[in-house]
Amino acid sequence: MERQMVRPDPSGLPSVYERPGTLTDTPFHYCPGCGHGVVHRVLMEVVDELGIQEETVGVAPVGCSVFAYNYLDIDMQEAAHGRASAVATAVKRMLPGKYVFSYQGDGDLAAIGTAETIHTANRGENILVLFINNAIYGMTGGQMAPTTLLGMKTTTSPAGRTVETAGFPLKITEMLAMLPGVYYVSRNSVHTPGAVRHLKKAILKSFQYQKENRGTCFIEVVSNCPSGWKMTPLEANKWMEEHMFPLYPPGEIKVPK
Amino acid sequence: MSDLRLMKGNEALAEAAIRAGCKGYFGYPITPQSEILEYLALEGRSRGMVVLQAESEVAAINMVYGGSGAGARVMTSSSSPGISLMQEGLSYIACAELPCLVVNVNRGGPGLGTIQPSQGDYFQSVKGGGHGDYRLLVLAPSSVQEMADFVFDAFDLADKYRTPVLMLADGALGQMMEKVAFREYNPADHVVAKPWATTGKPGTRERNIITSLHIEPEKMEQINLHLQEKYRLIAENETRCEHFHTEDAEYLIVAYGLAARIAKGAVEMARAAGIKAGLLRPVTLFPYPTAAIRRLADMVRGVLVVEMNAGQMVEDVRLAVEGRVQVRFYGRMGGVIPAPDEVLGALEEMVKEHAAQHEEVY
Ligand SMILES: Cc1ncc(C[n+]2csc(CCOP(=O)(O)OP(=O)(O)O)c2C)c(N)n1
Ligand code: SF4
Repeated sequence: MERQMVRPDPSGLPSVYERPGTLTDTPFHYCPGCGHGVVHRVLMEVVDELGIQEETVGVAPVGCSVFAYNYLDIDMQEAAHGRASAVATAVKRMLPGKYVFSYQGDGDLAAIGTAETIHTANRGENILVLFINNAIYGMTGGQMAPTTLLGMKTTTSPAGRTVETAGFPLKITEMLAMLPGVYYVSRNSVHTPGAVRHLKKAILKSFQYQKENRGTCFIEVVSNCPSGWKMTPLEANKWMEEHMFPLYPPGEIKVPK
Repeated sequence: MSDLRLMKGNEALAEAAIRAGCKGYFGYPITPQSEILEYLALEGRSRGMVVLQAESEVAAINMVYGGSGAGARVMTSSSSPGISLMQEGLSYIACAELPCLVVNVNRGGPGLGTIQPSQGDYFQSVKGGGHGDYRLLVLAPSSVQEMADFVFDAFDLADKYRTPVLMLADGALGQMMEKVAFREYNPADHVVAKPWATTGKPGTRERNIITSLHIEPEKMEQINLHLQEKYRLIAENETRCEHFHTEDAEYLIVAYGLAARIAKGAVEMARAAGIKAGLLRPVTLFPYPTAAIRRLADMVRGVLVVEMNAGQMVEDVRLAVEGRVQVRFYGRMGGVIPAPDEVLGALEEMVKEHAAQHEEVY
């Protein structure tokens, strides 16, 4: 492919920040300000640092990140909507020595794929589940998600989500943390450098735990969707802090004793 | 051929899967095929197989996707309602060209229906079932011996063509006990290289991507053309059928699976009564033995199609016969198994009708 390992620096100065070698040199198709791209980058930084490109297989289902395989320079499987954790389960069972992760949106993981999500976690499959919660269906144009906040306007809750018609936002991460098969649960974001560093640590830990066959590691990233939310990237991040964080507070939710 | 054993069809199939080198089984219980999962849970696990009871057939078929994409021989089995749930996944598997074995031990429908044997899933099996232009390679066993034999064939065909293979049986074949001999089969001799599998990307190759997503219509059309060419090749090379007394037949029965066994009895009874009847049994339902049926249609006076459904395969027989002779249908539904004398009755009616028409003409 078009991947370059290190860009020569015309100034001759040492390069202190560059694209991870396992991220392809393909421009992201994500909207400006979208969190997906940052999560991709952090994930591949970890793959680079651990030197596990050859040992890693990813699964990305339908959703805005369905094209993740265009960017992540590792073996990848695209999964049907909602089925990423089932697909990842089988990949891991067939290749127990590999690092396997799924990368799923909130519609995928917490609506159509709820059963697969819960049972994968309940079996304690030795995989990392990366859950991108932007409280909306990005790919299909901004419909209500199971994680959509009360009062939040989407194309299918034009007057704002109400309990009467759509019930409460689903805190699936807390639900999963209750399962004994789940070893590590962490909620993150990628809207500040500190948050990005925290996510990176969480991913590093998860791969370490996976190597030790500890069970399912689950990382939520509370993210944004400037397009679906109809906000500028800055507004979206501010709105996320003010409205998403109270319901989905970042932090370590389940850590090994 | 060695060790002759008395086994249920479902168990013979499961045993064959282990011997064929199947590495992963993913399935959900449903009558009349739960013995497959049960047998493998006991026998398969202890012989090195991953046997996972999935949370649903939806999960199971997507596990098959993942496991096959990872390069392993994998399978699932279910019965009619469960196979319905798998259709989206099968469509993905066909498009992503993932070899695997799917077993449908057909029961009576529609709806929850009955656990009794049926052939009501013929359309679903051979016409696509899920969305888009794809086919499954469909093998239809008609004995416990074939429940075992076709497993080896299915895995080899799946690997050869990178395509999902469906074994379409029915509740009776799954449940009945017959003697079975397992063929000599060393999986190591049947290993097909899978350079496309997602086994982890070494520095020496490009990354492998298993996907069925091709957003540009021109690309998607190319994928479709490639699939269609593959199906054409499969039709050219893998069409199988069994002939029974067709050489001198004046009346032809076409039936598959359990219905074919019953029809064989009817053919013998008809021959004893002086009617020159023969049977053509499609062994592959896709590809369909259209040419063989067409050839026979030029020789015979009439064709009777016998199925355990409302008349599904009969459409393919009519397409093959192209109006050369009359095509009649006899079927029972909802899990009722036709008896040989019922089939004979339908055959005799056809003979009588032909004779009457014959008289009119002259
Ligand atoms: C069976 C099925 N139903 C519906 C869809 C349409 N669809 C594609 S992506 C999507 C929702 C994606 O939302 P999410 O998982 O939250 O990911 P995001 O796009 O927000 O990253 C839907 C409904 C589909 N592809 N398949
Ligand atoms: S639609 Fe939303 S989630 Fe999708 S790429 Fe754009 S901003 Fe990101």
